[in-house]
Amino acid sequence: MEVSSNKGKYLVHLLLIIGSISMLAPFVWMILTTFKTYAESVQVPPLLFPTSFNWSNYVEVFELLPFLTFAKNTFIVTIGITVGQLVFCSLASYAFARIEFPGRNVLFLLVLSVLMVPSQVFLLPQYEIMANLGLLNTLPAIIIPGLFSAFGTFLLRQFFMGLPKELEEAARLDGCNHFQIFWKIMLPLAKPGLIALGIYTALFAWNNFMWPLIVNSSPESMVLSVGLASLQGQYATNYPVLMAGSFLAMIPMLVVFMFLQKQFIEGIALTGGK
Amino acid sequence: MGIPHDRARYDWINDFLVAVLLNQKIKGKSIYRTIYFLPVITMPAAIAMVWKWLYNGDYGLINFLLSKIGIQGPNWVSDPKFALYAVIVVAIWGGIGYNMIIFLSGLQGISKTYYEAALIDGAGPYRTFFSITLPLLSPIIFFVSIISFIHAFQVFDLIFMIVSDKSIAIDKTQSIVYLFYQHAFVLGDKGYASAITTLLLVIILLITAIQMKLQKKWVHYD
Repeated sequence: MEVSSNKGKYLVHLLLIIGSISMLAPFVWMILTTFKTYAESVQVPPLLFPTSFNWSNYVEVFELLPFLTFAKNTFIVTIGITVGQLVFCSLASYAFARIEFPGRNVLFLLVLSVLMVPSQVFLLPQYEIMANLGLLNTLPAIIIPGLFSAFGTFLLRQFFMGLPKELEEAARLDGCNHFQIFWKIMLPLAKPGLIALGIYTALFAWNNFMWPLIVNSSPESMVLSVGLASLQGQYATNYPVLMAGSFLAMIPMLVVFMFLQKQFIEGIALTGGK
Repeated sequence: MGIPHDRARYDWINDFLVAVLLNQKIKGKSIYRTIYFLPVITMPAAIAMVWKWLYNGDYGLINFLLSKIGIQGPNWVSDPKFALYAVIVVAIWGGIGYNMIIFLSGLQGISKTYYEAALIDGAGPYRTFFSITLPLLSPIIFFVSIISFIHAFQVFDLIFMIVSDKSIAIDKTQSIVYLFYQHAFVLGDKGYASAITTLLLVIILLITAIQMKLQKKWVHYD
């Protein structure tokens, strides 16, 4: 269905622009606030624009919190979880899709049943396991439960199922073993699936809040999302500083998104719509 | 605990309209798409903080804009009457981009031949929309409604960050997952907390089963 009349086109643009403004306004307000002094931020009526570019709020974020440590931790957690999922989920899904072994269907059904369970159900047992391993308040505790997912296994299995069997048979005739077939032939062909899973996982790991909040309370292994909450705890009313922290925390993902926009959007469509 | 129901009911309609609009051949489509997608890639903790600031009763932008048209806005997030709706608005705003992408991929999956046939048969845009787009999109609408519902049921970050446990509004706004967090990790009652998550599991399975049953009445595959 296309809008043929100009009037219709203008109406669509009008609606989209109104929508865009309401999507962007909170971000614009956030950035404007970061440049205000505290006094400017609590002026009545509110000051829309700061009187001068005041960078002190950004400086303060770094002084109040080990912000760089938080950022480093978040990078480690995100990369660790993403790489782990790509490795473990692709191996498991290849086995489920392509290798005949006793009990395969039962095992896959078990993996599928995990998809139906809300993740919060696992939080308490996972916490107990991490506590018993003596890993509380460490980065591995944040990373380990995220290394594998039923969702990733399911998604990649769909990809492997769709690849022609002939490729595998030809490779076997040429003397490849299972791992070589997987590594040299199947994995490169499943690249769209791997990219989609990678983006989805990285986004989730970067933004995740509840698990790092539960499993870690030490500043040394705190991630950005929880760091923001602790910033809010300390400076509940100093919004220019809070906004500066929030903006800094969203910049890395924003930069990645700007470069990989197409992959992001396709990845989300793929992980959601299928 | 009213969020899930309210939010799930309204936000997919919203997202759906946006996707229908964005799938048309219009200039600047990709710019709009990027803008609507921004909240999806933003940390919920940061989103929560920005909205808490927008909602601020004394210095917030929302009450300032309302005062321009002569309305005295309340203290959105600390007033038990409004806090829940304040959180719902943020959840809808943050979810539009994600659901839009799902709807878009569904819309693009509808074969152009249907539209050509409709055009030849002399169907107008409204008829085409209700007789072709809507029925062929129904599996996606079904998927999004289930996912939205489940997501909404699991809301935690927004309530923790926007309302916070110090607020008097928390009793009116806490979700099942927030209740679980409180009992498991703040009050240390792990048995009760486990009972809460088990109940959450049962509720989500039940709702999914009901939706699966109902879908036969309105979802068209092919």
